[in-house]
Amino acid sequence: MHYESPVRNPLILGDKSYSDITNDIAKPVESKAPRSWWIAFSIAFVMFLWGVGCILYTIGTGIGVWGLNKTIDWAWDITNFVWWVGIGHAGTLISAVLLLFRQKWRMAINRSAEAMTIFSVIQAGLFPLIHMGRIWMAYWVMPIPNQYGTLWVNFNSPLLWDVFAISTYLTVSTVFWYVGLIPDFAMIRDRAINPIQKHIYKLLSFGWGGKAKHWQRFEEVSLVLAGLATPLVLSVHTIVSMDFATSVIPGWHTTIFPPYFVAGAIFSGFAMVQTLLLIVRKIFKMEDYINIEHIEMMNIVIMVTGSIVGVAYITELFIAWYSGVEYEQYAFLNRATGPYWWAYWAMMSCNVFSPQFMWSKKLRTNLVFTFIISIVVNIGMWFERFVIIVTSLHRDYLPSSWSMFSPTFVDIGIFVGTIGFFFVLFLLYARTFPVIAQAELKTILKSSGENFKKHHDEHGAH
Amino acid sequence: MFEFSSKTKQLAIALTVVGAILWIVGFALNGSSSNEADHGHSSHATEHHADASHDDHADAGHDDHADAGHDDHADASHDDHGHAGNDDYPGEAHAAMIESALEHDAHAAHEAHQIANRPWSALYVAAIFFLGLGLGQLFFLGIQYVAQAGWSAGLLRVMEAQAFAIVIPLIVILIISFLGFGHVHHMFHWMVEGIDVQGHPNYDAIIAEKTGFLSPLFFSIRAIVYTVGWIWAAKMLRKNSLLSDSGDGVAMWKKNRGVAAAFTVFYAVTSSTSAWDFIMSIDTHWFSTLFGWYTFAGMFVSSFAALILITLYLKGKGHMEWINENHMHDLGKFMFAFSVFWTYLWFSQFMLIWYADIPEEVTYYMQRFDQYKVPFFTMLTLNFLLPVLAVLSRPAKRVPGTVVMAAFFVLVGHYMDHYVMIMPGTVGDHYGFGLLELGAILFFTGLFIIVVLSSLAKAPLLHKNHPMITESKYFQQ
Repeated sequence: MHYESPVRNPLILGDKSYSDITNDIAKPVESKAPRSWWIAFSIAFVMFLWGVGCILYTIGTGIGVWGLNKTIDWAWDITNFVWWVGIGHAGTLISAVLLLFRQKWRMAINRSAEAMTIFSVIQAGLFPLIHMGRIWMAYWVMPIPNQYGTLWVNFNSPLLWDVFAISTYLTVSTVFWYVGLIPDFAMIRDRAINPIQKHIYKLLSFGWGGKAKHWQRFEEVSLVLAGLATPLVLSVHTIVSMDFATSVIPGWHTTIFPPYFVAGAIFSGFAMVQTLLLIVRKIFKMEDYINIEHIEMMNIVIMVTGSIVGVAYITELFIAWYSGVEYEQYAFLNRATGPYWWAYWAMMSCNVFSPQFMWSKKLRTNLVFTFIISIVVNIGMWFERFVIIVTSLHRDYLPSSWSMFSPTFVDIGIFVGTIGFFFVLFLLYARTFPVIAQAELKTILKSSGENFKKHHDEHGAH
Repeated sequence: MFEFSSKTKQLAIALTVVGAILWIVGFALNGSSSNEADHGHSSHATEHHADASHDDHADAGHDDHADAGHDDHADASHDDHGHAGNDDYPGEAHAAMIESALEHDAHAAHEAHQIANRPWSALYVAAIFFLGLGLGQLFFLGIQYVAQAGWSAGLLRVMEAQAFAIVIPLIVILIISFLGFGHVHHMFHWMVEGIDVQGHPNYDAIIAEKTGFLSPLFFSIRAIVYTVGWIWAAKMLRKNSLLSDSGDGVAMWKKNRGVAAAFTVFYAVTSSTSAWDFIMSIDTHWFSTLFGWYTFAGMFVSSFAALILITLYLKGKGHMEWINENHMHDLGKFMFAFSVFWTYLWFSQFMLIWYADIPEEVTYYMQRFDQYKVPFFTMLTLNFLLPVLAVLSRPAKRVPGTVVMAAFFVLVGHYMDHYVMIMPGTVGDHYGFGLLELGAILFFTGLFIIVVLSSLAKAPLLHKNHPMITESKYFQQ
């Protein structure tokens, strides 16, 4: 039997039945889009188109249109790449790691978090592709037997490991997400009135029949995929960090990078989940399912991971001094007090100081404050990558080549475009997919639903 | 209620006493026996002495105690630091030694110091290892409260008892480091007299820069802060837990959540800084930002192995009937998962240093690769391959025999990991596994058993009013 301690807060508020859950979650898919959706979609779509234009301009002219120079030959492109990959991590963490840790509050947020993962990894993948210049040769990054003589990928390069890590990650995340969606698509299929809609959801749901055997297989495959996704999620940002840490550039080469990047990725990803879900729950009236308990939990994760990142910052700073290596010492001194001091302190205040507000119960249960902090963290984590990448490069061993980076309109346009693209995908998803894993959520109604919990408390637990 | 039987008590005391005697005998024999055991080395030194081309020694003198790999890096090291290698021992400064006779004296002194360090190093490795067994569970106990874990409520008393195992190792670590200040041994390079005094024969430019952090006073303050902070947390968590048996379980649970949150923050910082102080500072020149987290992972996983062994011992005695194969399965998962996590951190640190191959860092692994090949690869096998092969599958984690075997070898593996971390910087290639090491292990094992079992015997093994206790009883997977 399943028993839940009375000290745990309910995860589903109100007097809900199974059919209430079905109705509430199917509603956004079955009803017409509200005006606010159309406004948001139009803005995102325009941003997306602007980004497409800038990308086409880059491909047509060459990456000389970016603000890169001889000293800083990697800037916004890789910053944006790492930022987007990092955001993706929270989805897998929520659906896989929290599944392994049996965290039931995950069920209200995992679907959207995983959607976010997939959409942000797509944005991330764009940057290395564009950066190649000749994007039509992109398949050369795969070790495909060919007739070009010595043309072969460099297995010593972490950039190649990135190709494998991210493509595997995208594949497994998509499969994981899709498997979870099957029973929910079937739910929409069974309710659909429009025959075309019914047919589409019929195809999508793979003939799901809800038999005991189906559920058993469903649970088994979910667990196996969670087990696979957990090391994967660690591997992706680990390898991203190795893009920098395998080098001998002061500020890049440091052993703490792999776990610290993973912690930072989870941190930024949770902030993005928080941003998205605060909007989703409001627009789709899902406050009973994604309630204060969930928001508080996510804020605690943000606080913990932000503090881990803070410990890593301080460790780096301290060891730079302790190492006695003057180049290492200068790299960090220059970060904090050099011409990019503002970026460093933006990073410090957004990522380390701002999450500390979440120690206060009052603040971490305040929706407006949570929303602001989630945006602040997203900004901070972008700055973190900018600081690591640009400030480590801009003053190299030869002072005559010291330089500053200024982005062109193309750099900005592509970044804005990926934000637009991300929201286009997310908004389309929110209208056509069940945004909460309703089949899973129903499994906890009788143990974690407010009405049932109250009943248990009054009439004894068993 | 568990009773610490007098028979078990006698056995534990016997282990402690025998361990102490073995260590003392080993200490007494140390100089003489190593002269025989390390015959190869002394003849090597003689050969060195006899060598006519003494002039070369100023440059090449380090070859015989540093690893061969240093050849590649000797130039770079000299340029950067005016100093060779990272495994230099107290009292030596190659660059300053032009006189070959002096060079040889310093070399002989080095060897003598390394040999003399061995008893202390043997004790120290065991102390750090047993500290980890307690500290890992102290942290895990805190996490149970912070994360509102339900399944583990029936195991909390075991964790509480295990957390007290930090006390004796901490005292031993403090004593050994204070003896270092008095130059009784030369385990810590930075504790050497005159290390930061310019013009002193022991002067070391790199270490001199670090003395702002590595000074006897600041080091002692930190070591005492860790000791007090950690023991405070163990005591508070235990006190509130015992109070909950006779009072309001929910209130005490909430109180412990506060204690645990405070401890988690304290530990987030001190787990790293203590690893730098207690272990990383032995190889004083070397540094790695990941070192703190790596050390934590090793301590954490070995504490799970110990928790599994203690729990199964108690179950074997007919206690803790509320802990079934579902709980043991979860403990097995934790041991497995953190074995992989440890490997992940080991690999991250090793691979990045190997890949970058810069002299400031890579010398650390070169010495281990060169002189410590057998323990180095054995510990990797035991800490990674063995858990993966033995306890990856679900059925295996539910069979006590398999889990006990895996837990035992994980403990052996992590002892060896600490050995490989500590020994190269203190005894160089004068290492071995003899009376000293065995004695130190037995000594701490006996004390560990006494501390853990006697605190287990002091209170019921099950929390009466813990709000999660019913969840834990009905837990299944």
